Amino acid sequence: MVNENDKTKDAEKLLQSLHEFRDEVVAKYPKKVGRKRAKSIVVSDDENPPVIQANVRTIPGIITQRGCTYAGCKGVVLGPTRDIVNIVHGPIGCSFYAWLTRRNQTRPETELEENFIPYAFSTDMQDKNIVFGGEEKLSQAIREAYELFHPKAIAVFSTCPVGLIGDDVHRVSRHMKEEIGNGINIFGFSCEGYRGVSQSAGHHIANNGLFKHLIGRDDEIRGSAKYRVNLLGEYNIGGDAFELERIFDKCGIHLIATFSGNTTVNQFENAHTADLNMVMCHRSINYVAEMMETAFGIPWIKVQPIGANSTAKMLRKIAKYFGEQELIDKVEAVIAEEMAEVEAVREKIYPKTKGKLSMLFVGGSRAHHYQDLFEELGMTTIAAGYEFGHRDDYEGRSVIPTIQIDADSRSIEELTVTADPTRYNPRKTEEELAELSKDMEFTEYKGIMNQMEKGALVIDDMSHYEMDKLIEKFRPDVFCAGIKEKFCVQKMGVPLKQLHNYDVGGPYAGFKGAINFYKDIEQMVGASVWKELKAPWESEAYIEAEFAC
Amino acid sequence: MSLVESTKNKDLPSGESFSSSCNACKQCMPLGACVAFKGIEGVLPMLHGSQGCATYIRRYLISHFREPMDIASSNFSEETTIFGGNKNFNEGIDNIIQQYHPAVIAIASTCLSETIGEDVQRLINEYKSIHAGDPHVPEMIFASTPSYQATHYEGFHQAVHATVKALARADGPVGKHINLFSNFISPEDIRHLKEIMADFGTEATIFPDYSDTLDGTSWETYQRISQGGTTLDAIRRSGSAAVSIEFGYILNRGKNGKSRDNNQFQSAGEYLEQAFDVTNRKLSLPMGINESDKFFELLSIISGNPVPEKYEKQRGRLVDLYIDGHKYVSGKRAVVYGEEDLVVGLAAFLSEIGIKPVLCATGGESGKLRETLESVLGDLYDDTMLVGQGMSFDRIEEQMKDLNVDLLVGNSKGYYLARKFDIPIVRVGFPVHDRIGAQHAKTLGYEGATVLFEQIVNTILEDRQRKSPVGYKYM
Repeated sequence: MVNENDKTKDAEKLLQSLHEFRDEVVAKYPKKVGRKRAKSIVVSDDENPPVIQANVRTIPGIITQRGCTYAGCKGVVLGPTRDIVNIVHGPIGCSFYAWLTRRNQTRPETELEENFIPYAFSTDMQDKNIVFGGEEKLSQAIREAYELFHPKAIAVFSTCPVGLIGDDVHRVSRHMKEEIGNGINIFGFSCEGYRGVSQSAGHHIANNGLFKHLIGRDDEIRGSAKYRVNLLGEYNIGGDAFELERIFDKCGIHLIATFSGNTTVNQFENAHTADLNMVMCHRSINYVAEMMETAFGIPWIKVQPIGANSTAKMLRKIAKYFGEQELIDKVEAVIAEEMAEVEAVREKIYPKTKGKLSMLFVGGSRAHHYQDLFEELGMTTIAAGYEFGHRDDYEGRSVIPTIQIDADSRSIEELTVTADPTRYNPRKTEEELAELSKDMEFTEYKGIMNQMEKGALVIDDMSHYEMDKLIEKFRPDVFCAGIKEKFCVQKMGVPLKQLHNYDVGGPYAGFKGAINFYKDIEQMVGASVWKELKAPWESEAYIEAEFAC
Repeated sequence: MSLVESTKNKDLPSGESFSSSCNACKQCMPLGACVAFKGIEGVLPMLHGSQGCATYIRRYLISHFREPMDIASSNFSEETTIFGGNKNFNEGIDNIIQQYHPAVIAIASTCLSETIGEDVQRLINEYKSIHAGDPHVPEMIFASTPSYQATHYEGFHQAVHATVKALARADGPVGKHINLFSNFISPEDIRHLKEIMADFGTEATIFPDYSDTLDGTSWETYQRISQGGTTLDAIRRSGSAAVSIEFGYILNRGKNGKSRDNNQFQSAGEYLEQAFDVTNRKLSLPMGINESDKFFELLSIISGNPVPEKYEKQRGRLVDLYIDGHKYVSGKRAVVYGEEDLVVGLAAFLSEIGIKPVLCATGGESGKLRETLESVLGDLYDDTMLVGQGMSFDRIEEQMKDLNVDLLVGNSKGYYLARKFDIPIVRVGFPVHDRIGAQHAKTLGYEGATVLFEQIVNTILEDRQRKSPVGYKYM
């Protein structure tokens, strides 16, 4: 939380008045809808987080920020991998709209190495495929993709009509895998848009697929590095993964696989040889972390390398986990060196940003992580929420046993995972874990409300209407969301930072990322363009002067 | 047989002959429908289907127009797909009315609702009969737009047709006003057309008019429904107009212009002609001098007024500019891609300034692109040009290898090809999301040709300067 001295009186006053917002907004809805929305708008209390309604279906006719299951599976989790040919089975739109829109980056090691990220493959289903079935077309598309690219792996993603007409993408994938042979890996995802309540369902389906079809296929230990880790839930938007790779490299920490920014099939296959899993985006990838712990004995911790201090915290956790002085010293040296540069920039910017207010409505983690960066700038987050978070992302994982499983969640496969008979190898003994738990928490995420100011608003699946009211009433200095919200917010004179794909910016992760973010926010809150919103003849002083004479 | 003869009238194989598409040159039908719907005053568009469709389409349109774009959804769940969308539809409409108070709710279907066979018109009728007499119930318009049927371009025209069909009346005598169905053009071009109409003293209903709704000013207070759009009254009166002018010959002719039940698609102008005897005059998009001349001549005849001096001067300056710049562009070879009628308009314009469109490519599959090019380009038509329908960028790339191309003209999606071949690109059409100002793109009339010509010449000069080892300051 922000240093008490830097909070403006406005912030204090606002925090006291935010709770009135819910009643006002809810009253505008039809009664039944109002009752439902009221449960998704709560006032934060870091000590006793209130129960929030989350991961329930969006009400029809309310304009939501949420996307679909396909978007979560193909767009978010599998999209950033460079050497899988991702074929979208369906009509053209779905594939087109997920074509590089998230600004995922990747960096093949040589020019000859494959990179399929710039391509959008689709079976481009036509009328007759809907009537007579599209499996043959899909098989042929897989053949064509193989002949053209000879990829290591091909993934098939189902869109809405596929499920309805009964095309079995799994069967087709199996058949084609046999037909093509040559060690190719082909697998399908039943990620039709109507499944689940948001893209979150797609993450889960993608996680299951990663675990079933990729993780654990290659046991070879490569390289001599001692400290072997995976970073889960980092998608290399705007080059975030590059910055984190730089930092790990500098510290001598060996990153086996990132799920899934700047990553390859082989890194997924080899991921189970790491000794620690770090979960960045809890919402989209915690399933993989859980399954890998059960099957292979790899413990996981939550990290949030967004913000310079938070990045340092992550590095210290890793050093502590491996417990070797050599690493601890190295990490401290790197932090000292990097922070000097960060602090030099931050000190210059801080006076211009401190005391300002932010709101964040984005993702299933980002609305939380970026609060760290705003804190480093002395800015208070007075309202935040996720598009597709679950209760545990708000209130912490301790509430998981109390979350009701509804029909929407039940329709997503839960894999039954057991310890691998030969490869299960607990990386730490119970005693070691207990000892380490004094300094870090394993298998734990405390949620967004644990960090927020008492009195701040937390809204799940904020509707367009609620957003407009928030801005009208509280006018934050920066609003963080996505491009769908951007122009609405900016028309009302409030700058919006896109946190899905960073506008044209980034990286924002790690140390250099923090510097980029400070500069971008400084520029946004200080931009002179906002002063031009009103023409001189529209000001009251002008009107009075004109009509007085 | 000489090489030239062998490539005469060469049409590339249609998209149908491929099993997959790599880097498509088209989007889905409901996207186009949403753009057209935004041209109705007081509208809130709704997609009947999964919420992802509304979200993706909003996301995509916003990146082009850089304006708020509210599209509601009936948010289908797994249960809805099994039991039908009736409940979600009604709930969605209720919520939209309560929150937004729209004058019109314009509904487009999606793959999902079409595949399960939803009869949206019946849902509308039922809703209306349940709420008969309720003054809050707005107009409701429905366009059938399953993505697997055609492209966003047909979706646009299906929505234009559906709106006119739902609203047009022929009460009273034939008026002096005219209809202008202006096609999928930029907000700036719509404004320019309005100016031209006013200068001719012609009362014209331009539809769809999203010149304000998708290119608005900053707001004093929040606007739930953006201001502007063709008024409902004006659309209603389209049935009693003196004449309709329709830009584009291909319009919703995708897949030979037939729906799944083999009904011939009609354009809005054709519908009005058939239903209300409103003469429909078709023109190509007025891009370049030749096509603009046809448009201004027609306006002069319809209005009974001579072409205003303002436009004579614009035309004169444009000819002067062509002369100044022709040596920079003459003989250049361009690839043109995008929606079918846009490709025709651009090819006509490029041919007239001396650039050879060596490949005209589109994602659409009307089967009419070559014949339309031939008839619109007239003397300028060159039968060695390649024409590709159902094209993807991957297949455009394949063709470009042998074509010795100097320039790409089309939307942002072709940028990667420009980069690969190290040639310049002039961004026209939809989507343009790697430059700002797509909403202000001026392409129509003499003024539009002026802007576009300068843009093309300067892009070529910029490229020459960049690649020249000399660093010439005079070009």
